[in-house]
Amino acid sequence: MLDQYIGVLLTFGLGAVIVVAMVSGSMLLGERRRRQYEVMGEIFECGNPSTGPARGRFSVQFYLVAILFIVFDVEVVFMYPWALVFRALGVPGLIEMGIFIAVLGIGLGYVWKRGALEWN
Amino acid sequence: MGTVAFALLAFLVLASALTVVLHPNPVKSALALVLTLFLLAVTFVLLEAHMIAALQVLVYAGAIMVLFLFVIMLLNLQTEDPEAGGPARTGLRVAAWVGGVALAAQLVRLALGRGAVAPAPTSPGFGGAEAVARSLYTDFLFPFELTSLLLLVAVIGAVILAQRRVR
Amino acid sequence: MLADLAISTVKALVVLMTVLSLSAALLWVERKGSALIQDRIGANRANIFGGLLPFNLGLVNTLVADPIKMFTKEDVVPVSADKVLHFLAPCLAVFPVIVTFAAIPLGDVLVIGDRTINLQVADLNVGILYVLAMSSLGVYGVVLAGWASNSRWALLGGIRGSAQMISYEIAMGLALIGAVMAFGTLDLQAIARAQGETIAGVIPAWGILYQPLAFLIFLIAGIAETKRVPFDLPEGESELTSGFFTEYSGSKQAAFMLGDFAEIIVVSGLATTLFLGAWQVPFLARDGWHFPGGISLAMPHLAVVVLQLVSFVVKVLILSSFQILVRWSLPRYRYDQLMNLGWKSLLPLALLNVMVTGTIIVLLGRS
Repeated sequence: MLDQYIGVLLTFGLGAVIVVAMVSGSMLLGERRRRQYEVMGEIFECGNPSTGPARGRFSVQFYLVAILFIVFDVEVVFMYPWALVFRALGVPGLIEMGIFIAVLGIGLGYVWKRGALEWN
Repeated sequence: MGTVAFALLAFLVLASALTVVLHPNPVKSALALVLTLFLLAVTFVLLEAHMIAALQVLVYAGAIMVLFLFVIMLLNLQTEDPEAGGPARTGLRVAAWVGGVALAAQLVRLALGRGAVAPAPTSPGFGGAEAVARSLYTDFLFPFELTSLLLLVAVIGAVILAQRRVR
Repeated sequence: MLADLAISTVKALVVLMTVLSLSAALLWVERKGSALIQDRIGANRANIFGGLLPFNLGLVNTLVADPIKMFTKEDVVPVSADKVLHFLAPCLAVFPVIVTFAAIPLGDVLVIGDRTINLQVADLNVGILYVLAMSSLGVYGVVLAGWASNSRWALLGGIRGSAQMISYEIAMGLALIGAVMAFGTLDLQAIARAQGETIAGVIPAWGILYQPLAFLIFLIAGIAETKRVPFDLPEGESELTSGFFTEYSGSKQAAFMLGDFAEIIVVSGLATTLFLGAWQVPFLARDGWHFPGGISLAMPHLAVVVLQLVSFVVKVLILSSFQILVRWSLPRYRYDQLMNLGWKSLLPLALLNVMVTGTIIVLLGRS
C-alpha cells in the first residue's frame, strides 16, 4: 500500500514543477518596463483613486460559515468509516448513526432558526 | 531508505513549524502551519495510518486552518513590528527561546535514551478506513456519540458568540 | 524497483498532461459552444507574427496565440501587494486541482509482457478521501488571491468565494457517502471495477442507478465548487471586475483560468468514476465483449484498453460540456440564494439520502 504513495509523491513533484513554471512564466517572459508608471501599481477601482485601507472590517457572517463548515466537515468525516461498515453493523449501527445525525440536525435547525444562515 | 525519507520529512516539518512561530507576518505564519499539518499527514502515511492522514488534511489543514485564515484576514491582523514592546517583550522572547530549547533538549534526550525501536508488524488492513471504522463503531461507540454532543455545543456557542453584536 | 519508478513517473506525467490538455480542449469547447448557444461565430482567427502564417486555421490559431499572449504579458503586481503571496496564490489555486487526478483511474490494466500496469497513478485505499482532501486545499488559492492583492474588491471576492466553496464541500462530501455506501469501499479503482457488473444481466451497474440523488447533488455542488455560473459571484464579472483575481495579469491569470477548467475536469472525472461507470464500456470485459443472451466476442487486449480509455475521456467531456452548457444558460444566483441552496437544500437532502440509503440496504440485508 505504501508504494502507491510514490505515485502520489511523483504527481506532487511534477505538478509543482508545472505550476511554478506556469505562474512564473509571465514574470520571466513578459515585458518589463523601464520605468514603472506610478499609476500602474495602483489597485483597480474603475478610475477612482483608492479610498481608505483595503482591509477594513468584514461581516462576522463569514466567520460563522467557517465554524459551521468545520463542524459539519467533522460530521462527514465520521460518516465515511460508518459508510464502509454499516452493513456489518446492521440495524443497531443504523440507529447509532441516526442519533449522531439527529443531534447534528438539531444543531443545523438551531442555526437555521436563529437566522445565522441568512444574508451572507 | 525509510530512514532517509523520514529524516528529510522531519527536517521539513521542523523548518515549517519554526516558520510558523518565527515569521512576523500572520498570514504567512498560518500558511506555514498548513504546510506543517500537511507534512504531519505525510508522516502518518509513513506510519501506515492512511485514514488518519487523509482526515488530517481534510479536517485540520483543510477546514480549521481556513477558519484561522478567515479570522486573520477579517481582523486584519498586522505584521508584527519587531521593535515594539519594550523590555517586557524582550524578556518574554528570551524566556520563550530558553523554554523552547530546553523542551527540545529534553525530548531529544528521551528519544535517544529509548534507543531504536523496530516498528511493530501491522496487519494488512491496518490504518485503512475499514479498520478504523470497525473499532470506532464497536469499542468506541460512546465517545462517538459524545462527539456529536460536543459538536452541537460548538455550533450553539459559535452562533451565540457571533450574534451578540447583532442583537 | 527502478522500472516501477519509471512506470509511475510516466503515469504521473500522462495523467497531468491529460488534465492539462483536456482543460485546453474545454477552452475550445467553451469558446465555440458559447458562440453556438449565443448564435454567433466566436473566435476564429488570430494574427500570428503579423500575418507570417499564410493560412488561417481558425480557432487553432487562437489556441496557439492565446497562451503565447498570456505568457508574454507584463506581470503587473500592485505596489502595496505582498509579492510572495501574490505569487503563491495562483500556485495554490491550481496545484491541488491537478494533483487530485492521481487517484482517479483512467482505465483498467495494461498488460505488457508479464507486467500488469494499473492505469491509475496511485491506487489508494482511501482514494475518495484523498480527492476530498485535495479539493479542500483548493480554498487557499482563492482566499489568498483576494488577500494578496491588497484590494478591497479582490478581498471581498476572495472571502465570498472561499465561503461558497466550503459551504458546498459539505454537500459534496455527503453526496459521495451515498456512493460509498452503495459500493462499500473508498478505493476508486475498486469502485470502477464494480461498475462492470450488470443488474439482472442486462443493465450495467453504474453508480447513477444506485444513487441518482447523490449524483445530482454531487454535480450541483461540484459546479458550485468550481465557482462557475450560475454560482460565479466571486468572479462577479459585472460587479467586481474579476473579483478575487482582478489584480492578476499574464500567466498568473492564465493559471487561475486553467485551475477553473481543470476543476471542471476533476468534478466531471470524479462524477464519471463514481456514477457513470468510470472507464467501463457496457458489456466489455478484459477479454472481450459479453453481451446478455450469451453472445461473446473476444477482443485483443490493447483494443480493450484503448476503448476503455476513450470511454473515460468521452464521459468526462460530456459532463464537462454539460457544465459549460449550464454556464451559458442560467442566470447568476444571488449570494444569499447561493448559500441557502448549499446549506438549507443540498445539505439536508444529502443527509436524507444517506439515511434512506442506509435504511434500505440494511433492511434488505444485501448490497
